[in-house]
Amino acid sequence: MKGDAIDVEGLEKSFKGTKAVAGISLDVERGEMFALVGPDGAGKTTTIRMLCGILSADAGTARLLGFDVKKEPEQIKKRIGYLSQKFSLYTDLSIDENIEFFARINGVKDFRRRREELLEFTRLAPFRNRLADKLSGGMKQKLALACTLIHTPEIIFLDEPTTGVDPVTRRDFWKLLAELMKGGTTIFLTTPYLDEAERCTRVALIDRGEILACDVPEAIHSLLGQQVIEVSCSPARAALAVVSGDAVMREQFDDVQMFGERLDFVFTKMSAEEATAMIEKLFDDNDITIVDIRTKTPSLENVFISLMRDRTRRDATESGAETEEKQW
Amino acid sequence: MVSGNSIEVSNLTKRFGDFVAVGDVSFDVKEGEIFGFLGPNGSGKSTVIRMLCGLLDPTEGHATVAGYDIAKNPDDVKRNIGYMSQKFSLYEDLTIEQNLDFFAGIYKIPRARIAERKKYVIDVANLKGLEKRRPRELPGGLRQRLALATSILHEPKIVFLDEPTGGVDPISRRKFWDLIYALSESGITVFVTTHFLDEAEHCNNIGFLYFGKLIAYGSPKELKTKYMTQSILEVKASQPAEALTILGNESGWLDETSIFGNNIHISVDDVELAERNVRKLLTSNDITVLGIEEIEPSLEDIFIHLIDRENKKS
Repeated sequence: MKGDAIDVEGLEKSFKGTKAVAGISLDVERGEMFALVGPDGAGKTTTIRMLCGILSADAGTARLLGFDVKKEPEQIKKRIGYLSQKFSLYTDLSIDENIEFFARINGVKDFRRRREELLEFTRLAPFRNRLADKLSGGMKQKLALACTLIHTPEIIFLDEPTTGVDPVTRRDFWKLLAELMKGGTTIFLTTPYLDEAERCTRVALIDRGEILACDVPEAIHSLLGQQVIEVSCSPARAALAVVSGDAVMREQFDDVQMFGERLDFVFTKMSAEEATAMIEKLFDDNDITIVDIRTKTPSLENVFISLMRDRTRRDATESGAETEEKQW
Repeated sequence: MVSGNSIEVSNLTKRFGDFVAVGDVSFDVKEGEIFGFLGPNGSGKSTVIRMLCGLLDPTEGHATVAGYDIAKNPDDVKRNIGYMSQKFSLYEDLTIEQNLDFFAGIYKIPRARIAERKKYVIDVANLKGLEKRRPRELPGGLRQRLALATSILHEPKIVFLDEPTGGVDPISRRKFWDLIYALSESGITVFVTTHFLDEAEHCNNIGFLYFGKLIAYGSPKELKTKYMTQSILEVKASQPAEALTILGNESGWLDETSIFGNNIHISVDDVELAERNVRKLLTSNDITVLGIEEIEPSLEDIFIHLIDRENKKS
C-alpha cells in the first residue's frame, strides 16, 4: 500500500527565519529501503528528526505506520528505531551492557534472546565483554545499530550512517542493512553519497529543503534524458581546455567532467552517434589522441548536478539576479 | 629533479614496539601528479603521511620528498610541502585576508612576495570578492577551498590533503576538484587520501594500503584490469530480496553478493557458469530473472576483492 510505512505531506520547518525544510511530501512502503540524498545543510537531519518526533514541524503532517507523529507519539516510539549521526554509546560499559541498557530504556523486559540474535547478526558475539571504548569505529557502529534494533522496530531511521566510515566497514554495514530488509524491516536513511543511493529501492534527492526528484534509482538515471560518453584521451587536460574553449561544444553539451585521464560528456540534445562524431572531430583537429570512447548510463551525480544547477538558475531568474555564466 | 619524481618511497617501514604499522612500502609519485592514497582506517595511511611530512622517523627504509631525505633533512621537507586535513583550522574571527596574512607570517613568506601570493591563491581558489568575509560566514565548500588555498601560500612543491572533502555537496566537491586539477596543472604534486572511492577516480595513480602493506598500485584503469580477476554480474529479478537470500546461500561459483536497489550484484570467476546457475536456481524458486548483465567493477569492488584475497592469504 502506498505510504503505509511513512506518509509525509507538506512538512515544513524553519530555524530563525531560514527554511530548513520547505514543504516536502513523500511516502515509503513497508519493506522499502529509502534514501534521502543531499549535501550538508539540505535538510536531511531536520527531516529525519521530525519523522522520529524529536522535532516538531511548523506545518504539514507525518504518519508512520498509520499513526500521526504529533498526536500519537507513544504508539510510534515503540515501533521505530533511530540511529543519529552522533550516536552515543556508554564507553565504560561492555557491548553486552550497552545493549542491556538500551533494552531497559526501551522497556524491553525479556531482552536476552533478542540480544543473542543481534550479537549473532552483527558478529559482535566474540567481543561481548569488551568495553565500547575499546572497539574500532566499525564495531562501534555495529553496536549502535544493534542497540537501535533491540526492541525489534518496524522502521529504522539512520542519519548518515556511513559518513566518515572506510570502504570495508561501509560494505559490511550495507550487508547488515540488506539482511534487515530481507527480514521485512523498513529502512529510511540519509546519505551524502550518491553511490550509496544506488543501493536503495527508492531515492529522494533533496537540496535546500526541497525534494528535487523522488523515484527508483533507474528512473532517476534517465529522468533528464541524459546520455554520457566516456572518453579516455591523451593529454586529458589539454582535451578539457579545448572543449571548454569551444563555444559550440559548450552549447551542445550539458556538462563535461574530468576524471584523471578521462572525460565524461553529458548531453541531451543529440544522438550518441552525433555526439561521438563531434568529439572525435574536435579532438582530431587538436591533436588529442582518443584511447577509448564509449557510451554509458549517467550517474546519479550527473543528474543531481544538473538538477541543482537548474534550480539555481531558476532561483536567479526569479529574483532577477544575473545568471552565473555556464561553466564546467 | 632529475627523476621527475616528487616523492620516492623505498622499503619504508615503521614499527611501534612489535607492531608493524607500515611494512616495506615502496612507490613513486611523479611531479604534478594527483596521487590517491587509500585504505581502511587503521591501515597505516596517517603513519606514512606523517613520515613523508618529516614528522616521524622511519624504522627502516627511506623516502625523499621534493628531493629531500625525510630522515636526514626533515626541515627542508617541511618547507617544501603544504598540508590540509578535514579538520583544517582557520581563524573564525579573522577575515579571509587576515587569515592569509597570518599564515603568510607563519610560513615566513618574504614581505615583498606576500601580496602576489595572496592574489594568486585568491584567484586560483575562486575567492575573489570575499576577502573581507569571515570563514564562519562561508558555506562548507568555500571554506574547504580557502583551507586548501592557505596550505599552498608558501609555494610548496607538494601538498598533502588528508580526507579533504567530507560532507560537501556534489557541486562544491566538483569545484574543489577543479582547484586540485589547477594546482596539478601548475606543477604541484597532490597527495590525497579519501574514503570516497568515486573520488579516487579523479586521481592519476592510486596506492592502496592494507595492514601496513601496499597491496595495489596503478591508475584507476589499470587497477580495474590488472587486479580484478573476477567479473561482476548484475542480476535483475522479480523478487530481489528472496533472490538475494537464495544466492547468498550459494558458494563455490560465486563470492560476494550485495543488493543495489532492486538489483543484485554478484562476483564470479566463470561468467557463463554463473549465468546458468543463477537462472536455474531462481527459476526453480519461482523467481523470474529479468536480466543478467556483466558490469564494470567499481574501485570499491576492486578493493573489497583485494582485501578478501589478502585475508585468505593470512
